[in-house]
Amino acid sequence: MGTVPSALKHCLSYQHLLKEQLWIAEPPAAAHPAQEPQASGLPEYIKIVEVGPRDGLQNEKVIVPTDTKIELINQLSKTGLPAIEVTSFVSSKWVPQMADHKEVMRGIERHPGVQYPVLTPNLQGFHSAIAAGATEVSVFGAASESFSKMNINCSIEESIERFEEVTKSARNMNIPVRGYVSCALGCPYEGNVVPDKVAEVSKRLYSMGCYEISLGDTIGVGTPGSMKKMLEAVMKEIPLSALAVHCHDTYGQALANILTAIQGVNLCAVMEAGNFICTALNKKTNSKVAQASFSTGTTN
Amino acid sequence: ASGAYPKRVKVVEVGPRDGLQNEKNVVPTPVKINLINMLSETGLQVIEATSFVSPKWVPQMADHTEVMQGIQKFPGISYPVLTPNLKGFQAAVAAGAKEVSIFGAASELFTQKNINCSIEESLERFEEVMKAAREANIPVRGYVSCVLGCPYEGKISAAKVAEVSKKMYSMGCYEISLGDTIGVGTPGSMREMLAVVMKEVPVGALAVHCHDTYGQALANILVALQMGVSVVDASVAGLGGCPYAQGASGNVATEDLVYMLNGLGIHTGVDLQKLMDTGTFICNALNRKTNSKVSQASCRL
Repeated sequence: MGTVPSALKHCLSYQHLLKEQLWIAEPPAAAHPAQEPQASGLPEYIKIVEVGPRDGLQNEKVIVPTDTKIELINQLSKTGLPAIEVTSFVSSKWVPQMADHKEVMRGIERHPGVQYPVLTPNLQGFHSAIAAGATEVSVFGAASESFSKMNINCSIEESIERFEEVTKSARNMNIPVRGYVSCALGCPYEGNVVPDKVAEVSKRLYSMGCYEISLGDTIGVGTPGSMKKMLEAVMKEIPLSALAVHCHDTYGQALANILTAIQGVNLCAVMEAGNFICTALNKKTNSKVAQASFSTGTTN
Repeated sequence: ASGAYPKRVKVVEVGPRDGLQNEKNVVPTPVKINLINMLSETGLQVIEATSFVSPKWVPQMADHTEVMQGIQKFPGISYPVLTPNLKGFQAAVAAGAKEVSIFGAASELFTQKNINCSIEESLERFEEVMKAAREANIPVRGYVSCVLGCPYEGKISAAKVAEVSKKMYSMGCYEISLGDTIGVGTPGSMREMLAVVMKEVPVGALAVHCHDTYGQALANILVALQMGVSVVDASVAGLGGCPYAQGASGNVATEDLVYMLNGLGIHTGVDLQKLMDTGTFICNALNRKTNSKVSQASCRL
């Protein structure tokens, strides 16, 4: 793997992260690295990466005005979340909901200690992102050839080449890059996805300089069994501390899968931000905690 | 042992009782009967059919006798019914019930508000039922509500849960179903509670009844399985909202549970497609959308 830019170091050290998170009164008694398990076998600290403003809004039917997006991100910034994925520098032809990426990037408040990564599918998007003030970017690979072709119109190998251009430029500018691997537990076109393939693509992204690999159960078909098998294969190539999981709840399995992956955050503030955006989108929240906590669980 | 799962799990279907009882819309008797008959074809071994409580308290279950007498009783399938007291028990047996359930709670306030007496008094009532059931050779399943939290008392001590569970097990219940009545539990509190209860009741006699009010049900069930529990309650289509949190969900959906167990290679004997079809039927009858994510994902409409 290439040289780790100094900007990345706080992402790797959870003590540093804790100090920067103003909402934590004091660090836990045993200040171990994030992956050291408690007696229950669970880590003491989990970094939550909020993808609502990008992955969330991108997949909503209703297009949200720029001001609403900015307000959503600003509210999220107050919750204690350490990372909030802001927008996507893709062509507005492909993803109209993210057409206002520059305005959003420039319009949001930047809270200290919070990262605001953006998606950059290629070098052009990367430059555009940097020009708009981005200080962290993400690239999106897939463990399925069919998905890669249908989604970004090229093979996995070709996509890796594109990402290498991005990571090379990013390295020169000290910009951290997060790598995503889609279809980690199944593909809408190919069906079953082999864990070794996930490990292979993850390794390519990690080797080219991504500081973290987010493994995505894109269609939510995974269950604790398949999650475990996949992680075991990937962990042979990538250290656990550089892995994240991105579980979709399409079949209601997400929390069980996450639990398996992991064997905090000011909840009230997160819920308010959720209520705000659901009102703006005129839809009910998908969060059961919010449904249970708000008297109506609906908008207005 | 953490990480090792049971090879088989018995799924106890509570939709026709716990589910329908907590639905806003009341379904006619023939619909209830058809629901139970459809569930009988899915491979489920236990289907809680109805509740022999006074219709004054639970109008949705007023047709308990008709339902009990109207359903097809398949060999190898058990159709337990709720019996809060001796009167209900006798009515149930007269209507053909071969298994009954009694409902205790780990919270004094909940017991007071729910059945108007103390935990001790409720156990005395149950003793009457147990005695009669013993004489009639009728197996009794015990439920303990509020095991991970109470809507009135808040936090519930694991020791209290163990105490009530032990009393009900000692009086003759063959199984104790531990209910997270308001779904506030998380894997941590589930693990802690089970560790204490398992000192008093053998794990083979324990079941979990997790509500999905806060979306935690499957994660909580997963932890219970890891600790050796192999009986899980669920409700087709996730029927039954939460009476304590308006707009919130209640029971975990049987389809979502079976999906997870299938993925883990755990045998349930349940046909997921037939289960989803049953869920579709009852949701149409109730004029509501399913709470099962698996069903939502599989629907092509």
